[in-house]
Amino acid sequence: MAEVFFFIAAAGALAGAIGVATLRNPFYCVLALVGHLVSLAALFLLLRAEFVAVAQVVVYAGAVMVLYVFVVAYVGAAEPARLRTPVGGGQRGLALAFALVLFVELCIAVLGSGLKALEGEGAPYVPGFGSPEQIGELLLTKFLLPFEIASFLLLIAAVGAVVLARRRGGILEEEQRVDAMRFLRPPGTGTMAEAAGGPTGTSAQRELEATTADNPAREPGW
Amino acid sequence: MSIQSYLVVSALVFSIGAAGVLTRRNPLVVLLCLELMLNAANIALIAFSRMHGNGDGQVFAIIVMVVAACEVCIGLGMVVAIYRRRLPIDVDELRELAG
Repeated sequence: MAEVFFFIAAAGALAGAIGVATLRNPFYCVLALVGHLVSLAALFLLLRAEFVAVAQVVVYAGAVMVLYVFVVAYVGAAEPARLRTPVGGGQRGLALAFALVLFVELCIAVLGSGLKALEGEGAPYVPGFGSPEQIGELLLTKFLLPFEIASFLLLIAAVGAVVLARRRGGILEEEQRVDAMRFLRPPGTGTMAEAAGGPTGTSAQRELEATTADNPAREPGW
Repeated sequence: MSIQSYLVVSALVFSIGAAGVLTRRNPLVVLLCLELMLNAANIALIAFSRMHGNGDGQVFAIIVMVVAACEVCIGLGMVVAIYRRRLPIDVDELRELAG
């Protein structure tokens, strides 16, 4: 039964990976990666890594992919025709050859290592392996320093993203500051200030708004 | 299934990701292919964790996920900054780092 699940999940993961690398529309690439990640979570479950599988689905396939979808929608999903053309020269063929060589080399490294443990199913399963308790205990005892460094890394990345994406030069020209009193006491409400200042009523209101919009200093004194 | 088959799947996903990084021109898709390569490393880490029967590899996998999240954060921030400056969104055109 585990074999059937393994082949289904591995086929899903490979199909998702090929989809990411070949699909033209970045939206479909992101969706293919979501499928890939969910298949990968199934593989993690087969390897008895329950907590990592859940984190994979919630953090990766959920949060990170939503970020991707937002940016793809912001930048524009339709690739310009220039991007759609394959990379020039012999780069595509060279890249595929490089990937093939890399795969063959990795397979030689794995299969040629002669490790007996690689052919087995792994160490005997003990209850609690891969559970949140075990991962949490490891993170807070044996791997406390990497855990803290990871938190600093996340902080640095957040600050870096804010610096990268901020709008330069402060407030733009089109945005103008609006006096808060104009919301509290809009023109034409019949206040004492308007009576003393002269113009009132709906006919004068538009003029008043026009003059105050042009030059707030000329507003009648209140 | 034996640990070997998981490692072969990991090698395949890594190679596909490497080929994608080398052939695609859209920086968003290049980032997605980098995610593929990191995930391939995650499969291998968790397979070795299962092989040895201790949880160290799973902790490594979680740290790799943190690194991937940071990479996504910075990468997407750069893509948005490039888009704001009306520069071509094409990794072949972007050759210099000077802001």
